[in-house]
Amino acid sequence: MDNSYPAVMSRKKDILKKATGIDYDKFEISPIAFDYEGLMNSCEYSWEDVQGILEETGVGKTALVELKNVTELVRSISLPGRGGRIFVKDEAANPSGSFKDRRAALSVFHAKRLGYKGVVAASSGNYGAAVASQAAKRGLKAIILQEVYDSRKVGQPEILEKTRACEAYGAEVWQLTVGPELFYIMLRVLEETGFFSASLYVPTSVRGIETLGHELAQQVFQKEGRFPDMAIITHAGGGNVTGTARGLKKAGSHNTVVVGVSVDLQGLHMASDIDFNRKSFTTGHTGFGIPFLTWPDRTDVPRNCARGLRYLDRYLSVTQGEVFYTTELLAKLEGIERGPAGNTSLAGAISLARELDRDQILVVQETEYTAAGKLPSSQLTFARENGIEVRRGNPKENVPGKAIVIPERVDQIEIEDIDMEKIRHSYIERAMKITEGYVPTREDLQFLAEDSKSSIDYVRETMKALKVKTAELV
Amino acid sequence: MPDAKRGDLVQIHRIVLEPDQRPDNLPSCTKSVPYECWIKGFLIDEGANMGDEVKIQTFIGREISGILYQVSPIYDHNFGEPQKELVSIGNGVRRQLEKT
Ligand SMILES: Cc1ncc(COP(=O)(O)O)c(C=O)c1O
Repeated sequence: MDNSYPAVMSRKKDILKKATGIDYDKFEISPIAFDYEGLMNSCEYSWEDVQGILEETGVGKTALVELKNVTELVRSISLPGRGGRIFVKDEAANPSGSFKDRRAALSVFHAKRLGYKGVVAASSGNYGAAVASQAAKRGLKAIILQEVYDSRKVGQPEILEKTRACEAYGAEVWQLTVGPELFYIMLRVLEETGFFSASLYVPTSVRGIETLGHELAQQVFQKEGRFPDMAIITHAGGGNVTGTARGLKKAGSHNTVVVGVSVDLQGLHMASDIDFNRKSFTTGHTGFGIPFLTWPDRTDVPRNCARGLRYLDRYLSVTQGEVFYTTELLAKLEGIERGPAGNTSLAGAISLARELDRDQILVVQETEYTAAGKLPSSQLTFARENGIEVRRGNPKENVPGKAIVIPERVDQIEIEDIDMEKIRHSYIERAMKITEGYVPTREDLQFLAEDSKSSIDYVRETMKALKVKTAELV
Repeated sequence: MPDAKRGDLVQIHRIVLEPDQRPDNLPSCTKSVPYECWIKGFLIDEGANMGDEVKIQTFIGREISGILYQVSPIYDHNFGEPQKELVSIGNGVRRQLEKT
């Protein structure tokens, strides 16, 4: 068999069909549109099944905790009457320490039911550990592929911790150097082993996350007699936003504002061997967050079920220094020491809560576990070793890859709104570029409007600006 | 005595793609270096020295070959050094809360 890069990539479609058990062609409508809900519903488990499958392995049903001291602190720097109540969903209590267990649970169960002997996941983060943990529980083999090292063999401490975690759950781990060829390796391993591709982006993955949004809506309702005003969600590849937002709706919480938050890493190139170790966050950052919104179908499956742009009402960035500061707040004021991803949305919530009235409720929908490699002290030690300046000061002076500025005071934590209009525009532009020569129909416009949470009028106007002809009136 | 004997926990190294086999759309700093990989498992060969081509059995029982890179590989990520930029945050916000 020819295992060169181009040869393996050209076998992609067949390999993935075998490895996911999904015939994606069935859901294609046109070069632009596909049947998203149809694809989501191809996952044949009922809502009760899903909840039962998670429960069997101890996933979910995590506590919802009100952060009263943090809220009090926020009120002390807010205008009179302002300072919403901040709650957090303690997802670190899941078996492998993050919400990713919800994401892995159904896929691994599904793989076993379909008769696969093992599962493969390409993830340098919590998802790899979640797949390894679920596979251990279900008696399947797991291979986890991780981007760990730069060409000097210097590894990001947080990812080294993830290697350890995956191996602790008995997985075979491939520690790779920087490069998008992770996907190529994944295809090779899938072909060689015949294992299931536990992609982050298949229907079973997103369905598992729906339980998170559903649970949090119900918990707030039980405590407060109403649904939350805002759900604050750390965003990278889009599964967290998509699943949570869908789950909220499923629970009847239709008016909750869905807010995504990422750590600002703008200016750093994600495939760069040099930039790789100039960042202190390995997920929940704009380096994934923005490209996955402007073009979700960039993943290891033909159509991505994690489509953040469909669900986001607002998208914010915070700085690395603000998240480190927030991590300290949570530990020192609430007695909860947790990892970086959940503290990203918490940093956003601290800033957002100042805009809200005192009786409004914000839910930070996750925490994640922390450990050696994941702590601010490990990350900042590593940052200094890689030539990054670390100091206290005004977080606005933070420069990704150059300076981490840790706020001097809590009132300096201040979100930046990322322009959703610009993201929607790039999304449509990208869709047009990829399908150049094809004339979009009204159905395509409808799809693009839904997929970008806009309107047919908006899509039409954007196309006009891009000088694209449509077949709407034909 | 060889560096590792049969059954020892070891780590192997492989070059997956040489620079000229990597795709062209990479940043030049990435494209100019090989794509490499490290995997852990138990040595299958009777005995081997660092740099030898060996076979291992991975944690899930698969057989993989590569160059012997490390014997008893350790996890050396740690908690880092204390950070003076962080240690005073807790008391500062506590005081602020007490004032309210
Ligand atoms: C703990 C945690 N929170 C949030 C995220 C972001 O989720 P998503 O990639 O689905 O946007 C990740 C993963 O990347 C994660 O591991």
